[in-house]
Amino acid sequence: MRRSMLFLPGNAPNMIINGDALGADSIILDLEDAVSPDEKDAARLLVRNAIREMGFIGVEVTVRINAIDTAYWKDDLNAIVPLKPDLIMPPKASSAEDMKTLDAYIAEVEARSGIPVGTIRLIPLIETALGVERAFEIASACPRVTALFLGGEDLTADLRCKRTKAGNEIDYARKRLVCAARAAGVDVYDTPFTDVNDDEGIVVDAEYAKSLGFTGKSAIAPRHVRTINEVFSPSPADIEYAKLVFEAIRIGKLQGKGAVSLRGKMIDKPIVERARQTLEAAEQLGLGGLEDE
Amino acid sequence: MNKIRQSIREAILDSGLKSGMTVSFHHHLRNGDYVLNMVMEEIAKLGIRDLTLNASSLFDAHAPLKEHIKNGVVTTVLTDYMSAALGSFISAGGMENPVQFRTHGGRPADIENGRTPIDVAFIAAPACDPMGNCTGKFGRSACGSLGYAIPDAKHAKFVVAITDELHPYPLCDWSIPETDVDAVVVVDSIGDPKGIVSGTTKITRDPVGLSMAMTAVDVIKASGLLKDGFSFQTGAGGASLAAAKYLKDVMLKEKIRGSFGLGGITGYLVDMLNEGCFDALMDVQCFDLKAVESIRSNPKHCEISATQYASPFSKSAVVDSLDVVILGATQLDTDFNVNVHTDSNGCIMGGSGGHSDTAAGAKLSMIIAPLSRARLPIVTDRVTCISTPGSTIDVLVTQKGVAVNPKDKELALRLRDAGIKVVDIHELKALAERTSGVPDKPRLGEKIVADVVYRDGTVIDRIREVLQ
Repeated sequence: MRRSMLFLPGNAPNMIINGDALGADSIILDLEDAVSPDEKDAARLLVRNAIREMGFIGVEVTVRINAIDTAYWKDDLNAIVPLKPDLIMPPKASSAEDMKTLDAYIAEVEARSGIPVGTIRLIPLIETALGVERAFEIASACPRVTALFLGGEDLTADLRCKRTKAGNEIDYARKRLVCAARAAGVDVYDTPFTDVNDDEGIVVDAEYAKSLGFTGKSAIAPRHVRTINEVFSPSPADIEYAKLVFEAIRIGKLQGKGAVSLRGKMIDKPIVERARQTLEAAEQLGLGGLEDE
Repeated sequence: MNKIRQSIREAILDSGLKSGMTVSFHHHLRNGDYVLNMVMEEIAKLGIRDLTLNASSLFDAHAPLKEHIKNGVVTTVLTDYMSAALGSFISAGGMENPVQFRTHGGRPADIENGRTPIDVAFIAAPACDPMGNCTGKFGRSACGSLGYAIPDAKHAKFVVAITDELHPYPLCDWSIPETDVDAVVVVDSIGDPKGIVSGTTKITRDPVGLSMAMTAVDVIKASGLLKDGFSFQTGAGGASLAAAKYLKDVMLKEKIRGSFGLGGITGYLVDMLNEGCFDALMDVQCFDLKAVESIRSNPKHCEISATQYASPFSKSAVVDSLDVVILGATQLDTDFNVNVHTDSNGCIMGGSGGHSDTAAGAKLSMIIAPLSRARLPIVTDRVTCISTPGSTIDVLVTQKGVAVNPKDKELALRLRDAGIKVVDIHELKALAERTSGVPDKPRLGEKIVADVVYRDGTVIDRIREVLQ
């Protein structure tokens, strides 16, 4: 289960070496913004060697490559794809065409590396106004796209507004991305909360993202990871309620009832679906889920 | 009766100190201490030689001791901790007789049972009255508790209090009473406040340290010990303080009221006391200004002697009532033996302090250490020096997993049930070596430069000379 995605600079060996020790479900090894142009080669080598040697245990590996309008993205993919990272994150994703171009090139590298074509998935980073408006077509561009990812910092620069802690300026983009991702049947991840010292602010921001429908949230500060994991994990009350839903359905069936209610409320299809999602998530997190049913 | 002496020299002469005797010092002024150097300089000038120096700890500020050792003024050193400036000198074979390292509990025990009697104790006293009632709670060199000095004052044949702040008689809130003090000397300054206590002690910002601290608190929760009446000690370094901060959050959230916090006290433990996490602090040493202010003003913040803190031979000691202690390590082996005496080159740079005492006393003794430091694996087949025996250590918390001593089978089950990643210590060693390589062994000679005396009085290891 992927709740938290933690950015780690691709040129910081001390951070990368502990990538699987920081509690994140996914680490994003960054070759783009965190790395200056004269360090691109060194970071690419470091990230490549780290993936090859470290064998990150219990954590998904994502690599943020350089944007498709730079001179680096093919070199990034040539170096990284043969090591089978779980996800590639292309920044400034603004069209379905970009995704198709990447899809084709990744397929080429996969084929010549002996990796089944389609193994490596894409999580496009939406951080332009154009990308937001085209979010659904980006999410549906190819089967490789597994989630959308909102980048609030670059987006606000593109929107020509100030990035604030309250985040009103990215509210539309958040909601639009959730809707587009869900319509395309993929997951969706929220932008990092950038005040690394605000332990209360991250709770509020993560809870808001969850309330909108985000699958999880990214972090630039390792200390935010645990909060994100907690917010995006089903609570004991959620799990208990989900179990009661299935118990009520089971009893209803035994009694031959067509319609079943719980706590005075009719159990309809969306309630069953949410209960199923909750129990699936609980099971993945070892909190007791479907197997207990 | 007039106990005031005009100079340190006069007090030394008055004490009857002669060659071959033992002098003692406490370390509450830590790296800001002027007293040890001032006294030893006068002793050397008086031509007194062949002394045994018994100091609860020795810091870099005490580097002038090297000359007194070279000149034969000091021929034996007993201490609980020695930082690198002197440690490297000793490790290079700078002294004929091996240094005797004790623990903070073993030292007062041996002073009291007569194994290491003291002839003259010199007490650095931040505030003192003319009859010798003295304390560390007040004064411009305030250090808080004087816990390590209390057994010296009680058992030395002659006691000199050295102060830079003479208060009118009587100084009521004393740590050491006039009944123990023979002479009082007023000097311009007993220490540099900047080296005595930190302004504030801050938790690490290192994400790996913070991650380990969170895991440490998870381990404490899963151990079953975190309930009303809980007692706790932690160090002042790196991840240990962060663990105290996270522990406070959990205790407040779950409304757990502990009984006491112990140790070297920092502002973080003071916060825990003030916010209701503990009923009391038991303080043998203050680490920062907040702790000094608290021990001065809060009656629930109690000063304790080194004997009460950790002596294995007293009728009871606070460490025996301790639930959890979080400790550091420079090296740990696959039998959980801990080295806090020597660095990766085998050079002396520390000492047990209260490490062995708290590990032996606490129900859960936890080491927090990153898997590698400066590209050197922490876990090894055999530590260069056994400071604390592995039989008294329960858990090693690293950023890559938690190793549980095989003797604690039930604890391992509890941690696994709580979803904590429990890993065999051999796996952690292999993982560190895969990342950092296998370090070369230190180049050691045959000469013994120090003995490690465990709290029960037995020598548990001998430290050998480091070859250049």
